[in-house]
Amino acid sequence: MLEVIVNGKSRSLQGPVSVRELVQEMALLDKRIAVEVNGEIVPASQHSTYQLSNGDSIEIVGAIGGG
Amino acid sequence: MTDSSNDPLVIAGVEYTSRLLVGTGKYKDMDETRQAIEASGAEIITIAIRRTNIGQNPGEENILDVLPPEKYTILPNTAGCYTAKDAVRTCMLARELLDGHQLCKLEVLGDEKTLYPDMPATMEAAEILVNDGFQVMVYMNDDPILAKRLAEMGCVAVMPLAAPIGSGLGVRNPHNIRFIVEEATVPILVDAGVGTASDAAVAMELGVDGVLMNTAIAAANRPVLMAAAMNKAVKAGREAWLAGRMPRKAYASASSPESGLID
Repeated sequence: MLEVIVNGKSRSLQGPVSVRELVQEMALLDKRIAVEVNGEIVPASQHSTYQLSNGDSIEIVGAIGGG
Repeated sequence: MTDSSNDPLVIAGVEYTSRLLVGTGKYKDMDETRQAIEASGAEIITIAIRRTNIGQNPGEENILDVLPPEKYTILPNTAGCYTAKDAVRTCMLARELLDGHQLCKLEVLGDEKTLYPDMPATMEAAEILVNDGFQVMVYMNDDPILAKRLAEMGCVAVMPLAAPIGSGLGVRNPHNIRFIVEEATVPILVDAGVGTASDAAVAMELGVDGVLMNTAIAAANRPVLMAAAMNKAVKAGREAWLAGRMPRKAYASASSPESGLID
């Protein structure tokens, strides 16, 4: 079990999880997003290989309307 | 000499026909957003970057589905950032999200009431971003010295405010805008504070290269109609500027001949 923080909220993950698997779990797989883990961007090309660790702080952002 | 038919706005080497840039926030819904942007004729639109699970309905279309990067030049902003660090982080995330797109609108705010830019933090962030390869369009106050510094630093456009964001007060300090235009080495766009069509025309008549607005359109009673008005106002103001206005005079100067009057 992994305990991580995603967008400010605690989340429990079953076993080793890649960024891609987390994105998939959150139903964001086909959406335009960017992911940051512990303050560093994880590029899309690394989403499948980057493994999350216990205590990681993850930000997943998207585009919204703004001025 | 340029005339209105061949007068493109050039930002970071790309030519645009429209000198009106529009924000995509505060509209009633995606449909109104799309219609307003279309009526405005804008080719460059701003977006904000936010956490995916905040304020978004899973069923609703994403802004980039409605206004796709293939059709529009997307200008991600750093709205809501109060530190240089957050602004830089936001630009990095935006670039990643937009597949390496380097254009960004930098804004670092100083306080919530006035939403005035924190200029020291803005300068700090601008330098970091320019050195990292971003094409920075920087939101700023109307200080002519800072405008010059930001251009020297390598920002691709400098964007002094007309008035506080969302205030609709129009150009509060035309004199400073004129100073900035006179010394400009990069495009100058008035950003923030425009309220109605005449404000946009006034800005263009000061010689700026473009106007960026959001609330002026979104908060109008009829946003799509206001967008159409703004489209015309920016063009009219630009043409008036290119035409070269008549001088102001202290006294009258008759428009009709003074001879041949009946007795």
